[in-house]
Amino acid sequence: MTTATTQTLETSQLPQLHEPRNDGMPLDLDWVASAQANTSAIERRAATLGGRRSIKKDYQAAWLCKAISLMDLTTLSGDDTVNRVRRLCAKARQPIRADLATQLGMTGLTTGAVCVYHEMVPTAVAALEGTNIPVAAVSTGFPAGLSPFHLRIAEIGESVAAGAQEIDIVISRRHVLTGNWQALYDEMREMRDTCGEAHVKAILATGELGTLRNVAKASLVCMMAGADFIKTSTGKESVNATLPVSLTMIRAIRDYQDRTGIKVGYKPAGGISKAKDALLYLALIKDELGDRWLQPDLFRFGASSLLGDIERQLEHHVTGAYSAQWRHAIG
Amino acid sequence: MTIKEIFDTMDYGPAPESASEALQWLADRGGCAGHYIGGKWGPIRDDFPTNNPATGEKLAGVTKGTAEEVATAVKAARKAQPGWAKDAHTRARILYAIARGMQKNSRLLAVMESLDNGKPIRESRDIDVPLAIRHFYYHAGMAQLMEAELPDRQPLGVCGQIIPWNFPLLMLAWKIAPALAMGNTVVLKPAEFTPLTAMVFCEIAEAAGVPPGVINIVTGDGDTGAAIVAADVDKIAFTGSTSVGRIIREQTAGSGKALSLELGGKSPYIVFEDADVDSAVEGLVDAIWFNQGQVCCAGSRLLVQEGIAERFYAKLRARMDGLRIGDPLDKAIDIGAIVDPSQRDMIAAMVSGNTEGETYQTTAPDGCFYPPTLITGLSPASHLMQEEIFGPVLAATTFRTPSEAVEIANNTRYGLAASVWSENINLALDIAPQLAAGIVWVNGTNMMDAAAGFGGVRESGFGREGGWEGLAGYTKPKIKREKLTSIAPFTGAGGPSDPLDRTAKLYIGGKQARPDGGYSRPVFGPKGALLGEASLANRKDLRNAVEAMNAAKSWGKTTGHLRAQILYYIAENLSARSDELAKRIKDLTGKAGKDEVQHCINTLFTFAAWADKYDGQAHSVPIRGVALAMKEPVGKIAAFCADDWPLLGAISPMAAAMAMGNRITLIANQPFPLAATDLYQILETSDVPGGVVNILTGDHSELAPHAAKHMDIDAVWSFSGTNLAATLEKGAAGNLKRTWINPAGPSAKDMLVAATEVKNIWIPYGA
Repeated sequence: MTTATTQTLETSQLPQLHEPRNDGMPLDLDWVASAQANTSAIERRAATLGGRRSIKKDYQAAWLCKAISLMDLTTLSGDDTVNRVRRLCAKARQPIRADLATQLGMTGLTTGAVCVYHEMVPTAVAALEGTNIPVAAVSTGFPAGLSPFHLRIAEIGESVAAGAQEIDIVISRRHVLTGNWQALYDEMREMRDTCGEAHVKAILATGELGTLRNVAKASLVCMMAGADFIKTSTGKESVNATLPVSLTMIRAIRDYQDRTGIKVGYKPAGGISKAKDALLYLALIKDELGDRWLQPDLFRFGASSLLGDIERQLEHHVTGAYSAQWRHAIG
Repeated sequence: MTIKEIFDTMDYGPAPESASEALQWLADRGGCAGHYIGGKWGPIRDDFPTNNPATGEKLAGVTKGTAEEVATAVKAARKAQPGWAKDAHTRARILYAIARGMQKNSRLLAVMESLDNGKPIRESRDIDVPLAIRHFYYHAGMAQLMEAELPDRQPLGVCGQIIPWNFPLLMLAWKIAPALAMGNTVVLKPAEFTPLTAMVFCEIAEAAGVPPGVINIVTGDGDTGAAIVAADVDKIAFTGSTSVGRIIREQTAGSGKALSLELGGKSPYIVFEDADVDSAVEGLVDAIWFNQGQVCCAGSRLLVQEGIAERFYAKLRARMDGLRIGDPLDKAIDIGAIVDPSQRDMIAAMVSGNTEGETYQTTAPDGCFYPPTLITGLSPASHLMQEEIFGPVLAATTFRTPSEAVEIANNTRYGLAASVWSENINLALDIAPQLAAGIVWVNGTNMMDAAAGFGGVRESGFGREGGWEGLAGYTKPKIKREKLTSIAPFTGAGGPSDPLDRTAKLYIGGKQARPDGGYSRPVFGPKGALLGEASLANRKDLRNAVEAMNAAKSWGKTTGHLRAQILYYIAENLSARSDELAKRIKDLTGKAGKDEVQHCINTLFTFAAWADKYDGQAHSVPIRGVALAMKEPVGKIAAFCADDWPLLGAISPMAAAMAMGNRITLIANQPFPLAATDLYQILETSDVPGGVVNILTGDHSELAPHAAKHMDIDAVWSFSGTNLAATLEKGAAGNLKRTWINPAGPSAKDMLVAATEVKNIWIPYGA
């Protein structure tokens, strides 16, 4: 663990460099059992958020740049190739057109990370050399997490060895659905230990957990077992990140900090494709967790198409004319 | 700030809604608000200003309506009423057109509301205006259905309506939509601080085809309001403070004007230890920081279970820190301006006058703003736990058990709304019916809709707005009210017809009791024979009867089936003694009593039948959940019995009250009291628990003021031939008890309505 004083936030995106890392705690089943999440109240809060917070003009442009800096630019497709990943990494280095970046006064803006499958890790690491952009690898039998346990653990080791600095693991949904919190804890603990210095994001696959109460409980258990980040979805479930799910998870993060003093990061992933949605998420994080979480070491968007919409909005901000998709480089 | 600087600070910037269209609208109309009478504007004068509370700048001049102007408006309404009442479908079409017109002007209405009142544009845009529009759509439907669904009801006539400044347009909608739907015409006074959206509304209504005189708006202040109360109207509908409501109750006493009052509150917000604590904290934002806390049903008393209190307070303080207070027209503002500096000062004085507990306050900009405030560590005895503050100030205390939560929650003069937070359905649904409130929200707060009645109990007023239950306030039975005639008791000088002394005692708490005063009066038959003596009850006997009703509290929790069984049993016992009772009636009145006794048995059967069938409703409110409109007993009733039916006059209110779970004290028929006193033995042998029914004999005029003023009686009914209206209605102002005076008919249904309060329990759900 490095102290926060030696690095500024701009120089790295990795959480363990700025805050004490979450080493976890013994599984506290009483706490898990007492976790509540009232679905209708949470939905009401989420539904009114858009009406309560409005970000305009320069503020909107700045917030959208922030969203880019918090983005895990992602490709997780069966047809990914080396050159496809290189292209994505190029986009991560320069997410917006140079002239726009200059006019916005945001030169040097990069995405938060690049997120790929294990096979693409060496390519991405090489392509991002000389930047502070870490490579994240999805792991542990992503997306279902049903391959043999020893292979899932081995996969983490391989990805870390290949240069991934962040590992996005998937949890066993069956442990949540059967209330086997000990099994979930043990699994998460071992995955975290295997990650070593790489930081670990626990993907809950919230669309498959049935209830928000399960989401709250799974969030707590993963944090107790040492997750650096908790993340909503693989992007492959039929329902991915939603505001109600996010509210539930970040409230768990807040409770965990209240109890342990440790800040755990949050990553909504899947389904966030509009600039407007990104602003809503940022407002939610700002209001519920505070400004400290609006940094890449504690918050990421998992997104593949969001950047394109943000680029158009930024050009509109600069020129006053609505933009077109083809005016911006693809990733 | 540069984009890079904002990127680093991630502040919210300004997000202003433009005021220019609304200000232009005012300028185009001469910058003055005034009357709209008989379809025409005027007179319009700049008698006093209405200001933008956020800036202190004058928005417009306001006309102070005079008594003559009010009279002109009432006349216009009177003239228009018969035509308006003629065709329900036409009314439905016009109300629908109003709703459409409001939708088309929704932004103007929202901006005007925020300018005039100081509430955040988010609220006026997303809550006030849509709810107001919804009210017109809903009541367009009620107009359409009136003939089919309410065949026995007719409009009241002209309604005088006085509304507050906290929800100017929404309260206007709540008042005008149901009144118009049922065929009434209105004279409405917007609040002196906030007359502007009513002006916009008049133009929308006119464009929607509302005929001249159907809607009349008179602007002004309290004096103008008083002129409406005094005017020749058939009903006064008032929303506002309890103190003004009380004055209106007194001033309309005995006038025959119908009255509905929607008054203050100090609504409890109860958080059990198994609640979703974060959601309950967030709920408070909507409960007490909605509209700067200037909400009659604001959750202003926080009751937290002791074990989670500190954690809850800590989370709440953190949430308060995140509330953004400032320019109401900023789209990212949570808390706007207080309506007027005088209100702000009143809030500040109440908070600074408090010396108890710990006060936590965030900051507010200079001007007419007041910061969100939490005061913990208070007790029910604290001034701020009892008095309505009407500002963004939350008073908090703790409780240990569910029953203590109910006890503290109900320890108030008010009874408007309540929130219950628990993830345990058994707990939440057990608590909700026990709360003294007209509205209960389970795991939620401040949910409102046209389909669910809104209104309170106790000193929060009476009458409901919205839902089927709200229509009762704007209709009356088609049957004509009979002229009141009192019957004088027979006189005589004869000795007793029965050699044994027959002095009827009083019946209190299931026992026969001598009157406190030790006086009785002889009761003579038509030919002067002395039939017996009837006790003369005084105020202390009434007090004792109320104590007995209190002791019989559990009657309200019995099942409808059990109450039906007891009513049938009374009928059975009465039937067994029908010859004797018929003879008694004959002796008392000189007329055959057989039919009356049969009528009594029939009535007992009717209410026994209803006891388990007068169901509540599940309202179709636009949430995933239900609003259960539960019929609850009114509580403790005092009823003055009719002169012309010695026995039925007692049986009928008794049976209706009992069937719905009320306790009742009957003040027996004045000229012929000895039929009611014959009921003692029947009640004693029919398993009626002591105290559920108490019977006093005595002088109606003498007992009426004491019954009306008694703070622990919830309703007073009079069927007496003596005109008690003024006395009862005036005295009722004390605790704002419900009054029901010499109703036309009334039908069994009417009696059931009078014997119940509708409590709407909102139950949102989600797995």
